Amino acid sequence: MSEFVITEQAPISLDISKYMHRTRDGKIKTAAKSKSGLAIKTTMFVLLTLTIYGFLTFDYKDIDMAKAVVGTWSNIKVVFGQPMLTYNTFPGALNALLVTFSLGALATIFGAIIAFFGALLCAKNIANPTVANVTKSFVAFIRAVPTILWVLIFTISAGLGSVAAVIGLTFHSAGYLVKAYAESIEEMDAGTIEALKASGASFWQTVFQAILPSSISRMTAWTFLRFEINFANALAVGAAAGVGGIGFDLFMAGNHYFDLRELGFITYVVVVAVILLEMLATRIKATVR
Amino acid sequence: MDNIVEKVLKPQNQTSVFIKRKRTFTLAFLGVAALFGISAAITNYDVIDGFESIPKAAYWMARNFIPDEKAWSRLPDILAKLSETALVSVAVTVCAAICAFFFSLLGTETTKTARWLARTVRIVAAFFRNVPDVVWAILLLFSFGQNILTGFFALFFATFGLLTRTFIETIDEVSASCVEALHATGATGLQTVFNGVIPSSLPEIISWVLYMIETNIRASTLIGVLTATGIGYLFDLYYKRMDYSSAGLVVTSIVILVITIEMLSNKTRKVIM
Amino acid sequence: MPILEFKNVSKIYNNITKALTEVSFSVDEGEFVSIIGPSGSGKSTILRCINRLVDVTQGSIIFDGHDVNRADKKEIRQLRKKAGMIFQHYNLVNRLSVIENVLHGRLGYKSVIAGAIGRYTEEEKEKAFQILAKLGLTEQAYKRCDELSGGQKQRVGIARSLMQEPRLILCDEPIASLDPSSSKIIMDHLSIINETMRITCIVNLHQVDVALRYAKRIIGITAGQIVYDGPPDELTKVMIYEIYQSDEGELITDVR
Repeated sequence: MSEFVITEQAPISLDISKYMHRTRDGKIKTAAKSKSGLAIKTTMFVLLTLTIYGFLTFDYKDIDMAKAVVGTWSNIKVVFGQPMLTYNTFPGALNALLVTFSLGALATIFGAIIAFFGALLCAKNIANPTVANVTKSFVAFIRAVPTILWVLIFTISAGLGSVAAVIGLTFHSAGYLVKAYAESIEEMDAGTIEALKASGASFWQTVFQAILPSSISRMTAWTFLRFEINFANALAVGAAAGVGGIGFDLFMAGNHYFDLRELGFITYVVVVAVILLEMLATRIKATVR
Repeated sequence: MDNIVEKVLKPQNQTSVFIKRKRTFTLAFLGVAALFGISAAITNYDVIDGFESIPKAAYWMARNFIPDEKAWSRLPDILAKLSETALVSVAVTVCAAICAFFFSLLGTETTKTARWLARTVRIVAAFFRNVPDVVWAILLLFSFGQNILTGFFALFFATFGLLTRTFIETIDEVSASCVEALHATGATGLQTVFNGVIPSSLPEIISWVLYMIETNIRASTLIGVLTATGIGYLFDLYYKRMDYSSAGLVVTSIVILVITIEMLSNKTRKVIM
Repeated sequence: MPILEFKNVSKIYNNITKALTEVSFSVDEGEFVSIIGPSGSGKSTILRCINRLVDVTQGSIIFDGHDVNRADKKEIRQLRKKAGMIFQHYNLVNRLSVIENVLHGRLGYKSVIAGAIGRYTEEEKEKAFQILAKLGLTEQAYKRCDELSGGQKQRVGIARSLMQEPRLILCDEPIASLDPSSSKIIMDHLSIINETMRITCIVNLHQVDVALRYAKRIIGITAGQIVYDGPPDELTKVMIYEIYQSDEGELITDVR
């Protein structure tokens, strides 16, 4: 209680100018001296320079910009303003949507299982550092190859179809989730693991009694986020590699039948599906927490 | 106090927690298993084929992806297309980020714009986020043809939508409190943005930009396959000609590029945060 | 003549939540007033109505002879310049230097562009250093605010508000996130500012004992209504219990 008694202020040094940093022309500086400020400026400068250099050196192939923009604008109006199916039926489109959804689901399930064990190998708080580094490098390599290339590579050994698509999607999915799961495990309380180890629990007992229960909600959130991405990727490889699903229908509508209205209708089906998926994911994430 | 002791000591309660947890796990497991079964049936997915394909593909890659002399002679072409793809990714991300930043300022709660304006911004961002880049690419192909700009705009729209939402969240999270204080000093909206919003959210924003550059390199490879541009086109070309050693060199060069960018980004992130 | 007058002020959030009901009081120039009450009782709302961070639903607030509610954008800016504000969580721009944060107190005086690009005069910078010296922060001037301790951050908050040359300082739970010794330093500074510079202070506090020690007048508020307004020595245990209503009141009266 006696702490709160008003005391006289400490005497202040009148010579404050010695604390002022000045520029060459004698003005008082205000900015903090920090590495991060310099790094931010450098990064922005480099990125802007690369952007400008890019625009100056791109091969535009003598495109008539005005014509292309006007044409695209009228195409956009047709796609989003007059959607209509001609070559496809509505049940057919829904079926294709279901195929894409299933491809995404399979890749997510495989990816999650692989990633769970992968994360145990590379989470800092439980893994052996050497094993962790090897796993991390391997995962970085897997992630660096674009999904479409994995799909095309697997098409050669497994044929054009769902196996190539699912395995191709699984690679990147697992790589992404290993990183996310490992972070979820690393965020858990270090004391819990220590306490269990001290009580003589085996590695797998620690995993299933401590690690899984305390990080399952974060892992679930990441898994659903990845499912949304996998759905989009399944759609994309469907279009680019021709492995089927609604992505392939998009490709056929645009690049084969040249039918903007068909493209529009399928786009709407996709957009509604994406929004529903996002809402579902938000709800499941909320119930898990 | 007595209440707490009772709660802890009552064995019934404790077991019921375990039973409940067990039940949730069992239900979740059955749900996932059912989803797996149905999905496999719909897509005609053969589990055994799937497992067998992995060692097969690995063996095949090891045999065919070794670059031979012909592949090495194509290295200049490959590097040119690779740098084009990398530059497109950087340019797309930077342009989309600049637009998204100004756009997101109209949609945040922190800057307190009119409610109808903030809502419109969010709806527009949701539109661009939810229309897949593949759709934009197919649509743009009609008028832009097999041009570098087709991929540029397709990725621009998707990146713009995603970054706008992310920036709105970042700005609201990072700068809401200092913006309130700046308003209280009598600062105007523009002064608040320059003195409060930008300095406090810039590191997060740059971190997102670096992440998107990395993502867009992969995305533009795919768009390249679809629109016959960039490194994606080159891979597709060699792949269809069954010139697998050149295709392998393309894959290797992409891997090196992406990992380099990832490492650079991580280093930069550590310094700026 | 009062510098601040509340006349039957009511505030209802989103047409449902009643934050303030018919609040009336006036504050004379140079007073040190502490507003006490449980969390959610409307203390913060009172302060934020004064500088129009919050718009009142009914009633009028006269600050320095102007009706706050009738002020247009330009006049609000003028009003805010004259009222400094200090926050529980300091609300500094953490990535900028201490001196830059102090200079933010001048933004209300500058043209939009000069303020936006952060062009300050040498006099303003020297003034900022003098204020920092008074608060014992000169050595920290070029540090980034996220390198400071909580107590130091709050002193930067005080410096920023002094930079405004305010007639009134509004403090919203200034010591709620601080340890006892930093709290004492902050309260001492506010007290000295009030006495030597004759700046009126209105301080929201959760800690009754601190309020009793520093304030010359206490306003007790419960559920958006004033239940006590008078000197600290007339505030009885029964009154404190009434202000806090719950068990919390018992705990706090124990301290006394």
